[in-house]
Amino acid sequence: MKNKILIGTAGILAAFSIYSCKPKAPEDATTGDAASRVYVAPGKYDEFYNLVSGGFNGQLSVYGIPSGRLIKILPVFSVFPENGYGYSEETKPMLNTSHGFVPWDDLHHVAISTTKGEHDGRWVFANGNNTPRVARISLSSFRTEEILEIPNSGGNHSSPFITENTEYVIAGTRFSIPMGNKDVPISSYKENFKGSISFIKVDSSSGRMNIAFQLRTPGFNFDLSRAGKGPSHGWFFFSCYNTEQAYTLLEVNASQKDKDFIMAVNWKKAEEYIAQGKGTIEKANYAHNVYDDKKHSATSTILNEVKVLDITQFPDIVYFIPCPKSPHGTDVDPTGEYIVGSGKLAATMPVFSFTKIQNAIANKEFEGDFSGIPVIKYEAALHGEVKKPGLGPLHTEFDEKGNAYTSMFVSSEIVKWNVKTLEILDRVPTYYSIGHLSVPGGPTKKPHGKYVIAYNKITKDRYLPTGPELTQSAQLYDISGDKMQLLLDFPTTGEPHYAEAIPASLIQAKSLKIYKIEENEHPYAAKGEGQTKVERKGNEVHISMTAIRSHLTPDNIEGVNVGDDVFFHVTNIEQDWDVPHGFAVKGANNAEILIMPGETQTFKWKPLSSGVFPFYCTDFCSALHQEMSGYIRVSPAGSKTPLKFSTGKVENQESGAGK
Amino acid sequence: MKNLISLVILGLILVSCGPEKPKTEGESQEHPSGKDAVIENVDEGKGVGQVKEVTLNTPLEQERIPRGKAIYEMKCQACHRLDDQRVVGPGWKDVTKKRKPEWIMNMITNVDVMLDKDAEAQKLLELCLTRMPNQNVSLGDARDVLEFMRQNDGEK
Repeated sequence: MKNKILIGTAGILAAFSIYSCKPKAPEDATTGDAASRVYVAPGKYDEFYNLVSGGFNGQLSVYGIPSGRLIKILPVFSVFPENGYGYSEETKPMLNTSHGFVPWDDLHHVAISTTKGEHDGRWVFANGNNTPRVARISLSSFRTEEILEIPNSGGNHSSPFITENTEYVIAGTRFSIPMGNKDVPISSYKENFKGSISFIKVDSSSGRMNIAFQLRTPGFNFDLSRAGKGPSHGWFFFSCYNTEQAYTLLEVNASQKDKDFIMAVNWKKAEEYIAQGKGTIEKANYAHNVYDDKKHSATSTILNEVKVLDITQFPDIVYFIPCPKSPHGTDVDPTGEYIVGSGKLAATMPVFSFTKIQNAIANKEFEGDFSGIPVIKYEAALHGEVKKPGLGPLHTEFDEKGNAYTSMFVSSEIVKWNVKTLEILDRVPTYYSIGHLSVPGGPTKKPHGKYVIAYNKITKDRYLPTGPELTQSAQLYDISGDKMQLLLDFPTTGEPHYAEAIPASLIQAKSLKIYKIEENEHPYAAKGEGQTKVERKGNEVHISMTAIRSHLTPDNIEGVNVGDDVFFHVTNIEQDWDVPHGFAVKGANNAEILIMPGETQTFKWKPLSSGVFPFYCTDFCSALHQEMSGYIRVSPAGSKTPLKFSTGKVENQESGAGK
Repeated sequence: MKNLISLVILGLILVSCGPEKPKTEGESQEHPSGKDAVIENVDEGKGVGQVKEVTLNTPLEQERIPRGKAIYEMKCQACHRLDDQRVVGPGWKDVTKKRKPEWIMNMITNVDVMLDKDAEAQKLLELCLTRMPNQNVSLGDARDVLEFMRQNDGEK
């Protein structure tokens, strides 16, 4: 059966276009003026920011489009020795969880905040897939400001998709698990395992997140999701797989049924129930970590309860819509009327109509129920099917002209089709095996269009080989005309999954340049050299130090003993853009810290041997950067070396420098 | 084919290498008075920037002095001593006698343009070899710092 589909589809592909049969040589695949169309001259800027998930590097990378130039990697869920994230005392709490400090995660998806369904350029949200978490990153400072752990989740894949006005960020569990960390046999899946979907409320001014409520669902897997918009605002759509409720060899056992579900959630209705005091409070431990950019420090708070609505008890919150073969992407078009289900093992792609779904609910056109939850008749919800779109449809993005772009993993191509007529308009090969794809503004009510970017899973021969592990290959296509045109390959870091692109004009002018030193509320800040000091508190030594081009104050420190905990609280008292200083100590079992202008960061060091240890600025800052250094003397444990510190003080005229 | 692409790129470079350097654009946006100011101010020793005329009062405006001192301690002291000794930058002793008040305030608030255009500022850079940083001092704060300097120079 499967082979038949394969052969049949291959034939149709061949008929459609010779290009899609087998990728041709790159020089034939690109157009003649491709280079000039992606060329951004020195000193000029790219048109779009492309915020790209880093996958297994746990970070977010920022590229310019159309050039494909990597501008920044910013750490979210993983430690980053390059700037001290997760190493400095101030940032360690960001990675705290109910399991303790977790230094890594798998960042799959991003969501740029929206107002009225359009990009507002304030924040980008990201999911931690492994130890379930959601992060909020500022698009002014390009820093992770908040991380919220998700309790009762077995992997946060269906996340962090957002509602039209960023009212909620979603976190749907990938794996169902027993609630409350219960110790039960794995084989009791059907009885004990449940799914949970967290609705995380976002404060509209501060962006602060908290779990408003969780929906408790029957046990299966949630894959991806999208909020409704326009007429469907108030609804959320989730793709579900493993409705077989398998708990072993899912590759086979979760692919048995012809159809799984798209789950439609009426979250406005859920809000009403919550407002009426419905739902139960359950115990659950989870961390909420917030970075304060005045105190320049993060705090981690362990929360211990969550409000739960069991959907089997509130049947008008949720409806299931049958969708062929383990749907992956579930994507809502810019009008909010059409919901595209991508059954990754299916030969057709269903497009559902929100109006028809509403009518089907009103007329009770149900084919039955699953755990008491109504299952809408497939045909009653269906707008139509995209016939033979290609093999392995995964994700769909949209342009501003009513077209959809679907990634085909197995047949390695992007297929362009018309959302209303369901007619296939064009297809281009990708090199190779595309996963996610991104059209600027593609998930919003107002796509910016112009390009589609493919994030490919297989690289093979696209770059100079670098041993067994290769860079990940992304590709940029022009979609402004009728035919998609390949313009550029660009390498990416980590393993990108989803990404969004946003016009630079919505972010560029708001980009933060410095932290105002006047507003620095760090308890150990030295706001000026007059406030520098060294204090001993038991076996802790706290050094309030300043950095400015090009000296550290104090730069001579004595009176520290082996076994002390030494805290260097370094304040960068510069107030100029792009003048960070760095700090590192010889032999420290730690990463460096980078300190932005006006900021204070703390480097902890536990000296294990006596001697004199140099420290220095690690970020080239001026012509006298090499001079930006100092010494700290460490005496054996229990020594009575007097505590003293200075800068520019020459004690011994014979051996010292200077006069 | 390859040559064609190279030509296209070369063409682009030629076009985009026009007289306007990006840096000049940025500066003229940030300091709209910049270019005109050169002509107006430079001969008078007032430096380049928004500050055209400063009125100094005697006796000193007392309320400005502690504010100016606090800004000095936070943003200036790391490099400037109050005596005549140079550390990173020159000591402040007698600066108000050597420089016009407008020059001082322009140097504080518009240092990047001053270091590019003002001959006196450039001489100091050659001497000190470290570019004075932009410490993000507002005009009002710079005026307070100036009053603190006058006090440091013995004015009453």
